[in-house]
Amino acid sequence: MVLNQADIDRALTRIAHEILESNKGSQDLVLLGIPRRGYPLAVRLAAKIAAADPTVDPAAIVGQLDVTMFRDDLSHQGIRPPYPTQLPRTGIDNKVVVLIDDVLYSGRTIRAALDAIIDLGRPRIVRLAVLIDRGHRELPIRADHVGKNLPTSSSEKVRVRLAETDAVDGVPVNEVVIEATA
Amino acid sequence: MASQQQDAGTGAYLIRGAAILGGAPEDLLIRDGIIAERGQNLPAGGATVIEAAGLVALPGMVDIHTHLREPGREDAETVETGTRAAALGGYTAVHAMANSTPVADTAGVVEQVLTLGRTAGWVDVRPVGAVTVGLAGEQLAELGAMADSRARVRVFSDDGICVHDPVLMRRALEYVKAFDGVVAQHAQEPRLTAGAQMNEGEVSAVLGLTGWPAVAEESIIARDVLLAQHVGSRLHVCHVSTAGSVEIIRWAKSRGVNVTAEVTPHHLWLTDELARSYDPVYKVNPPLRTDADVQALRAALADGTIDVVGTDHAPHPSEHKECEWAQAAMGMTGLETALSVVQHTMIETGLMGWADFARVTSTAPAAIGRLEDQGRPLDAGEPANVTLVDPAARWTVDPSKMATMGRNSPFAGRELPGKVVATFFKGHPTVLDGKLNTPYRWLPETTELPGTAAGSN
Amino acid sequence: MRHLLSTEDLSRSNAIRILDTAEEMAAVGEREVKKLPTLRGRTVVNLFFEDSTRTRISFEAAAKRLSADVINFAAKGSSVSKGESLKDTAQTLSAMGADAVVIRHWASGAPHRLAATDWIDAAVINAGDGTHEHPTQALLDAFTMRRHWSKLAGTPSAGADLTGMRVAIAGDVLHSRVARSNVWLLRTLGAEVTLVAPPTLLPIGVEKWPCSVSYDLDETLARGVDAMMMLRVQGERMNASFFPTTREYSRRWGFDDNRLRALDSLGLKDTIIMHPGPMNRGLEISSAAADSPRSTVLAQVRNGVSIRMAALYLLLSGDTREPAHQANSTHSTPAEHTSALVTKESH
Repeated sequence: MVLNQADIDRALTRIAHEILESNKGSQDLVLLGIPRRGYPLAVRLAAKIAAADPTVDPAAIVGQLDVTMFRDDLSHQGIRPPYPTQLPRTGIDNKVVVLIDDVLYSGRTIRAALDAIIDLGRPRIVRLAVLIDRGHRELPIRADHVGKNLPTSSSEKVRVRLAETDAVDGVPVNEVVIEATA
Repeated sequence: MASQQQDAGTGAYLIRGAAILGGAPEDLLIRDGIIAERGQNLPAGGATVIEAAGLVALPGMVDIHTHLREPGREDAETVETGTRAAALGGYTAVHAMANSTPVADTAGVVEQVLTLGRTAGWVDVRPVGAVTVGLAGEQLAELGAMADSRARVRVFSDDGICVHDPVLMRRALEYVKAFDGVVAQHAQEPRLTAGAQMNEGEVSAVLGLTGWPAVAEESIIARDVLLAQHVGSRLHVCHVSTAGSVEIIRWAKSRGVNVTAEVTPHHLWLTDELARSYDPVYKVNPPLRTDADVQALRAALADGTIDVVGTDHAPHPSEHKECEWAQAAMGMTGLETALSVVQHTMIETGLMGWADFARVTSTAPAAIGRLEDQGRPLDAGEPANVTLVDPAARWTVDPSKMATMGRNSPFAGRELPGKVVATFFKGHPTVLDGKLNTPYRWLPETTELPGTAAGSN
Repeated sequence: MRHLLSTEDLSRSNAIRILDTAEEMAAVGEREVKKLPTLRGRTVVNLFFEDSTRTRISFEAAAKRLSADVINFAAKGSSVSKGESLKDTAQTLSAMGADAVVIRHWASGAPHRLAATDWIDAAVINAGDGTHEHPTQALLDAFTMRRHWSKLAGTPSAGADLTGMRVAIAGDVLHSRVARSNVWLLRTLGAEVTLVAPPTLLPIGVEKWPCSVSYDLDETLARGVDAMMMLRVQGERMNASFFPTTREYSRRWGFDDNRLRALDSLGLKDTIIMHPGPMNRGLEISSAAADSPRSTVLAQVRNGVSIRMAALYLLLSGDTREPAHQANSTHSTPAEHTSALVTKESH
């Protein structure tokens, strides 16, 4: 196991504070989680930000950004129905958007997310926060906030299991593990 | 007659140990165009010996319903290719339907078809004459002239089109009595089948294809058996396809109506469920019906209500099948699969034996067509039209390997039982070892008049 | 899902997946930029052997919103003797690199032929074939019904079906591909369907369909209907003796003003009135009914684009052409991508 529940929680707390610090407060802040696991992480981060700054309504700053329709690898994948895109009521124009995802790998998901954002509005700044950065980038993309840098082999698989998305009886959640692929 | 044949000098064959009509093994000595001897342990005496243990000897098969397409549609089939297919399928005679181009509605055309058949030499080609001029259903063709021609036509049919005008049908039935002819009716009420694509029922409802209702066939058969009874004539019903038709024919026969009926191999097996593929190889007229119809047809063939199996061999160029269902031509090939399909559907199901098989594929069709030298018993002195079958063989249907030009076999890819090992036509092996051998060579027509052909055999 | 040929063989999960995806596609239509880059570089051919401007432009709008290249191929003059055969046309489109063929054909089963033969290796979408099926019409109808049904129940439509919804379909069922596609799809989604038609306009064999059949529209309404779908009836059917006169047809089987009032008096305040279009006002539907707040006719047209976007996306996004490619992929195993609930790794 790479991260357990307490590790994940500590990492998110730190990221929440980094976000507030780099933004010099909660002004104009919007957290957009990328389905599936980026969204619950965004919800958790919003709660931590609200805990640090009681003027923040966590529900009002979180949204979900689906990037399925913007991917460059559709023909290589099986059928992938899109998830809903839901923006906060305030929209994203002139906001500071922080994209949230669980694992940063090739960078292609984030490339797709940037395209998706541009079709939805014009944020002032876009930043990126991820729980795990496992390396092996294929595009010039880097994260602004990282929970843990995790050097991996590309033959390995990084699994993030969250209570919100991976609750199956008998399988532990809220942990990050590395598995070898067959 | 056969002694005058060019290759008669080497034409003696001893078939050793074949089950005659599926009975006990016996030998057949074929010489000079006839079965010279039948018995146990016959001496070869210089004859070519065919070891036939395990094989069944049958009278050469007679198809009452074949489309050879020539003249006019030589891109679909020729008399040469169609009769090669017939010989390979175990046939020694076929009735060539009249819907060629030009239509076989004059003595000239039926004599042309007769000549093409004799030139080919694989089977006896018996032309069928059209009932009406141009199959148009308006005016009787010169039935008498065709009957008196060298082709000696006895079967008349507008097949492909129904003689639906009741007065015209009545006149045709009456007229052919003058020369012991028979009208073979394609029973299809035209108004009830306008635009019809497949059997009308549960499957057509789902597929959205215009239905061909059973009643369109049954109503014509009912009318025609009553007409045949009224005028005291002979009626043959082509390709019966429904359980209701069987009931009507059974009723007519019980009342003494002189009616015979035919079923195709495909109607003994296939159902309209196959149309769900929208593959036009399953498009045929009359259409494939339901399983209840198939079972009724099998029972009727077994109990004699249906007299014969007719292939309705209908080859089409591939472009007429590689298209939308509604655009596709109707019809299936059948000459090279008929024996196997009848074995599968009738013999292996226990409904029939090989003697019954001989009746429905040879004796009865020869009698309907008035072919004196076909459909005869396999006895000494009889014409040597013989088919040898290996009933234990199994083969997979591959239309591209067939002799017919038509690739439209609905049995493609299916494994079938039974294989023709040899076909003897007038004592000459047109098929040996399951492969085409050489055609029979007819004498020049001046010395072999049709009237004497049968008698000299 | 390799092709979309009929609703008869469409599984419940695939049907729901199309409807759910269409919900997301509908959201795109409400955004400032109404276009997605998803099918950039893909070619969609609208192959129309039968005129239908409405269906063609709906598919065209759907393909263009997904950034696909669209080629419109109007192949009229349908007979083989007159023009090119379906096989030659298909092979031509294949040579031009079509990724999807949207085919409209007067012959039932033509899309199945394209899909079953090796004439073309493209995803085939049936845009209406003869009197057989029109699956995208049924899907947009179901989408329209599901939004209505979920709204009444106060539940989200995503993932939902139509269990318990009473749908009546009235008109020329015999010649209607819309009716056929709707009967199968509505059965799959759990709705209760009643077909209402004169006996001459019902196919032999309809008693085996998963629905009820009635000859009486008023009686059907009186038993309670949540969605009333009227089918287009062609006046020419009168000449083939399917019914005596259009007047008599309209009186017995048309949705006229009296029946519109009857919905109110029967207490059916939430019943919607549907029509696939184009309408024969005054024959199968009165103007008052077509223009009433109950009418979903325009919503159906709007939803058609979303459904067709969903169908194009789902058919063209999977790796249908080169199965070997998936096996060689270093990203993850193919099995993981067959379900929407896969463990995703960001790339």
